[in-house]
Amino acid sequence: MSEFKFSQENEDKFNELLKRYPEKASLSLPSLWMIQYQIGWISPESMVFLAKRLDTSPIDIQSIASFYTMFNLKPIGTYHIQVCKTLSCNLRGSKIITQHVQNRLGIKVGETTKDMKFTLSEVECLGSCGTAPMISFNHDYEENLTIEKVDKLIDEAQNA
Amino acid sequence: MHNDMTVKIVSKNFDIKDSHKLEVALKHGRYSSLKKQFSMSPQEVTEEVYESGLRGKGGGGANTGSKWRLMPREHEKPAYLVVNADESEPGTFKDRQILEYDPHLLIEGMINSSYAIGANHAYIYIRGEYVFWAKRMQEAIDEAYEAGYLGEKVAGYDYTLDITLHRGAGAYICGEKTALLESLEGKRGHPRLKPKQQETEWFFGGPTVVNNVETIASVPFIIKEGFTAYRKYGTHCSPGTMLFGLSGHIQNPGVYELPFGCSMKEVIEKVGGGILNGKKLKALIPGGSSCAILRADEIDNITLDYESVAKNGSSLGTGGMIFLDEDTSIPDAMKNLFEFYHHESCGQCTPCREGTGWVDKIMGKILSGDGTMADYDKILDACKMLNGKTICVFAPSVAYIAESYISKFKDEFYALLKD
Repeated sequence: MSEFKFSQENEDKFNELLKRYPEKASLSLPSLWMIQYQIGWISPESMVFLAKRLDTSPIDIQSIASFYTMFNLKPIGTYHIQVCKTLSCNLRGSKIITQHVQNRLGIKVGETTKDMKFTLSEVECLGSCGTAPMISFNHDYEENLTIEKVDKLIDEAQNA
Repeated sequence: MHNDMTVKIVSKNFDIKDSHKLEVALKHGRYSSLKKQFSMSPQEVTEEVYESGLRGKGGGGANTGSKWRLMPREHEKPAYLVVNADESEPGTFKDRQILEYDPHLLIEGMINSSYAIGANHAYIYIRGEYVFWAKRMQEAIDEAYEAGYLGEKVAGYDYTLDITLHRGAGAYICGEKTALLESLEGKRGHPRLKPKQQETEWFFGGPTVVNNVETIASVPFIIKEGFTAYRKYGTHCSPGTMLFGLSGHIQNPGVYELPFGCSMKEVIEKVGGGILNGKKLKALIPGGSSCAILRADEIDNITLDYESVAKNGSSLGTGGMIFLDEDTSIPDAMKNLFEFYHHESCGQCTPCREGTGWVDKIMGKILSGDGTMADYDKILDACKMLNGKTICVFAPSVAYIAESYISKFKDEFYALLKD
């Protein structure tokens, strides 16, 4: 078990944020974001760390972190491909996009490639209904998608 | 009252190059309502908005001024304004246009509104997935601080306002205002029990107003031009304009600002360019997925305002319309939405947590060809169990939409059953 602590930048940000809320409990989500940006996921050690900083118990932090879909409770690939699957995207062909990414990477939804480069998820409405189908590619919205566009994104990531 | 489809109140600056930058925004009227606002008392600002009839654009459609009037004028703990930018109702993608193209309009509206309700700190709760938009909004907030529109002495007047941007992390239910406040207090996003009488919301014990992005972005126009100018557009009960989102099987998907009261058919043809690839419309969902589905033959006389859509058996909701063409399988569409609702149920109330999953499972069974009449009836039973037995309106609306799908498209469901 390796210790977790905030980077200096996050430490400063945390102290800055303390001034912006009436109680420090509010800092749970912003802090979980900082942790995830720092190490890529929410590790058990980071939850112990955060619990101390917020004067609460690790299980409380675990309960919060596990409620929100976007916090990764295990490590994921460098590139997270999230295909929006809800109705508007579904009507405009999101299934074809998912199928193509699965074939191309040889993984199923919810899996990560062996080299830890890509993780594929299907997610609920990302608020991009007018430009469907779409994916969130490492949190960048790629809209009005075609198979060609998806291939280009994967190619670029693979060569990076 | 007129329905000029070219009127622009909220989206006026959307097409201007670099409209999100303060320098450009200032040239195009941003922050120009502040002079008039500060010449009025907070009560006067509240009354102006009340008289305008501005209705909440997040789906509920409550009168905004009525919400503000509930704020106590004297309170021990500070008051807050919280802007709901947790846009995640399927079919809804309008608030992000404001965040992207006119973030200073939102800040201006937040200054107007915070002043009216006596708040010196306001929060914007933005959905976690909107990374680009959070960045854009933060840049605008930073610019506004630097130029003196935020912080101490807003625009030189004797008034302090801080704005803090707070990111969610992927929970649909946090768009429900009390779940949002729980989340903002750092907890799981579980909706709160509602008091019997109308009252304000509470953030750490301080009286709080929660309003949608588009609602707040409509306020500067009302302050500057007066409530009668706003009431010139739309209908008597639904005054002003709304950002309508068109998606699914439509030729020109996108977000369009329109006055309330336009003919739905006209909007589909003139604004949407008709159904995709010249096909026929089978059904449409008028205001985000939590509204009852309407058959194509039910929309002839509908106008886009709260009253007309309600009279015709659905609701205007967020104005996010999803179109389904003649080739769409309605049971497929319903299954898709139930996967969504099952995933997004917050899990606090058993009927909702389990019921949404049951309907999802039964729909899967029916679609795989193994469903029977008993399964169809079970969906109706589940709807009864979902309705009226939970803390928030999530489960009742799920029951309401399920009933609309299976009753209006009975034949399609029957065709899938074994006996």
